[in-house]
Amino acid sequence: MTSLMLNEDETMLRDSARGFLDDAAPVKMLRTNRDSGRAYDPGFWKEMAQMGWTGVLVPEEAGGSDMGHRAAGILAEEMGVTLAASPFISSAVMAATALRGAASDRLSGIADGSAIYAIAVDEGTKHGPEKTALQAERSGNAFRLSGRKTFVADGGSAGRVLVLARTAGAPGEAAGLTLFDLDADRAGLSRSARKTVDSRDHAQLDFDGVEATGDDIVGELDNGMAVLGLALRAGQAALSAELTGLSAGAFAMTAGYLKERKQFDRIIGSFQALQHRAAHMWSEIEVTASAIANAGRVLDESPDESQLAVSVAKARATQTAKLVVSEGVQMHGGIGMTDEFDMGFFMKRARVGAEWLGDYGYHAAKVAAARGF
Amino acid sequence: MVDFAQDPQPFREQISAFIAENCPKELRDMPASERSVCWGGKRWVFSSPAQKSWLEAASSAGLTAARWPVAYGGAGLTRAQEKIFREEMARLKAPSPLESFGLWMLGPALLAFGTEEQKLHFLPQITRGEIRWCQGYSEPGAGSDLASVQTRAEDKGDHWLVNGSKIWTSYADHADWIFALVRTDREAPKHRGISFMLIDMESEGVSTKPIKLISGYSPFCETFFENVKVPKSYGENIPAQVGEVNRGWDVAKHLLTHERTMIGGGGSGSAGGILGGRSLGAFLGSLEEGVLDEPVIRSQAMELEVDTLAMGMTLERYKDMAKAGGVGNASAMLKYYGTELNKRRYELLMSVTGSEGVEWDGPHGTVAAEWLRTKANSIEGGTTEVMLDIISKRVLELPTK
Ligand SMILES: Cc1cc2nc3c(=O)[nH]c(=O)nc-3n(C[C@H](O)[C@H](O)[C@H](O)COP(=O)(O)OP(=O)(O)OC[C@H]3O[C@@H](n4cnc5c(N)ncnc54)[C@H](O)[C@@H]3O)c2cc1C
Repeated sequence: MTSLMLNEDETMLRDSARGFLDDAAPVKMLRTNRDSGRAYDPGFWKEMAQMGWTGVLVPEEAGGSDMGHRAAGILAEEMGVTLAASPFISSAVMAATALRGAASDRLSGIADGSAIYAIAVDEGTKHGPEKTALQAERSGNAFRLSGRKTFVADGGSAGRVLVLARTAGAPGEAAGLTLFDLDADRAGLSRSARKTVDSRDHAQLDFDGVEATGDDIVGELDNGMAVLGLALRAGQAALSAELTGLSAGAFAMTAGYLKERKQFDRIIGSFQALQHRAAHMWSEIEVTASAIANAGRVLDESPDESQLAVSVAKARATQTAKLVVSEGVQMHGGIGMTDEFDMGFFMKRARVGAEWLGDYGYHAAKVAAARGF
Repeated sequence: MVDFAQDPQPFREQISAFIAENCPKELRDMPASERSVCWGGKRWVFSSPAQKSWLEAASSAGLTAARWPVAYGGAGLTRAQEKIFREEMARLKAPSPLESFGLWMLGPALLAFGTEEQKLHFLPQITRGEIRWCQGYSEPGAGSDLASVQTRAEDKGDHWLVNGSKIWTSYADHADWIFALVRTDREAPKHRGISFMLIDMESEGVSTKPIKLISGYSPFCETFFENVKVPKSYGENIPAQVGEVNRGWDVAKHLLTHERTMIGGGGSGSAGGILGGRSLGAFLGSLEEGVLDEPVIRSQAMELEVDTLAMGMTLERYKDMAKAGGVGNASAMLKYYGTELNKRRYELLMSVTGSEGVEWDGPHGTVAAEWLRTKANSIEGGTTEVMLDIISKRVLELPTK
């Protein structure tokens, strides 16, 4: 397998992403989004499209830049550093992967940024695609979808939705699920925004006899997980990368503060009690960074055998981010608790990222299963 | 000699044929728990003729130090080739032909700081397993604060006169030579008066006294130097010290980064002992039914597996970084993380083996002694606290005042 270290092209990609995001989407943009009630800045999304980021996983013949999962991870990681908000993971990573797997002709819209997708999978409080109960009842060549999807990232603003529905079997079974590609405005589909702590777009989607046809099916009937499985893993890997960037961003703020804040006539970073906790955090971030790189590599090289790599990454990224944001607040003292200060944004996004697409326990259990226990 | 670096035959085939031909089948068939490590040295008693013939075959092909240049007794393999070599060794269940402080510690230091003649003289003796080395760093008053070593070497014209004592010297009682930090200038600032000296343990005035560990073993000693005469030179351009006189601290630090990386590597879960080359999952699967149904144990096992896999990836990444330009003080992270992980692993192994695990020599062999031994991982080669200090001050550049 290729090295887990960044190669020259990847280093360039990271550096240019970093430069761009520092200017175009600093943390204060998230604050602006929140205060103005928007989930993300459409102008920023356009710029991302112009740079080829929205087409990062789309083949060149469909107008994409086709840079692969490792590259998508590098971009997501940098977005995490500044908490840049956009439907990147939903649309450019997950939907692109699913539609590509099904050779859909809608990929070019993702690549040029004009089509924005949300992925509607979960129905309860915890991730688990096989738990899907939302029914797609068959009538002739058509289907009628009824049920509820929760915690749909970008579900309020996306123009299209990939929705996982049950066409056979019972909740709890991975077989009998079908993936539909629907217009978000289709009759019978109502969307209600959920106010989540990360100030981003998460919605509940209610399906009341929404009509679909065989043409709307992505992949095969009753076998939707064949395309969605890889798409979810791609999303999990990118989200892990985002969380790792988030950890690095929060850590940089904390390390900076440790070098500047004075108490008892000393710089607080000279207290060993804080130094060693900082050193521990940095060590955790380093180890997690390897798992992120590995997940991207494995997705690029052997996508069908990527569950272990992806779950190691998501489990690690979740725990690391949790540690770094908690310590980040603690080491800032009172100011860390204020809204005026940015650390809270990191903490809140880390919490949402911990739940989305499977929490620590979900992924640790996948690791255990893959490793034989 | 087989020239692996040049031969066009696909490397994997060639190396696996070499191992299959030269590593006796009885060694490869032996359960990992019954194998004894070959440490070499003048007084080494081979556990079997097979162990001896494997050492001879491997070392004459340079494979005891696969990455070292051929001229110094290595095989000159690239990192990629060495990885294939390790994989084939594991696949064919071939034990390592030789382990030693010479290979892990002194060798890398000589390669970086030795004179050409020192390398040609000492390195092949290491790769052939002829000389066993021990490490004379720590002293009763100089542990974490290693630069305060007091053992002194006085300049007596044609020789150094060494007096003082070392402690925690692993395997000093089995070693032929010692690489020791000695003070050659008592007036200079403490880091600037130390030399890295190579001393024959058979010299008049050197003695050792074993110390017993909590595991019941006595792998380390006190080492005493009483008016020991160390020749200034062992031959033309082969001085007794490595690097310049009084600049031994640089050599000592360089060696420590290798030692730390090596000890930290234990955290990737490859450790022999009770697992005997099996994965944690395979081992847990072999246990009494129901042990893993206990939720706390199960969750500890899952967390450990996640972290172990991620650490394995980190070691790979750091090796690539080291090759591409070095990792410097960041290697302290590998030592810190790897050793703490290994301690967690053994705590888990003790809880899953339960009442059998606490037997010194029960159904799980020496797991209890191994568990106790891991407690030293976060002390030897620099403590966890010292590693965290290095990261804080040198990597993160946090202020000292
Ligand atoms: C199994 C084993 C094998 C060994 N083999 C060898 C060998 O072959 N050759 C050799 O030379 N040495 C060897 N050592 C010695 C080892 O390197 C020392 O034990 C180690 O460096 C610690 O020194 P010390 O024991 O004097 O502890 P101390 O330095 O006295 O430390 C005591 C405690 O204080 C803490 N501490 C010290 N300074 C600081 C600080 N600045 N900030 C925070 N905490 C601090 C330490 O972390 C530790 O918890 C071995 C040790 C063991 C356990």
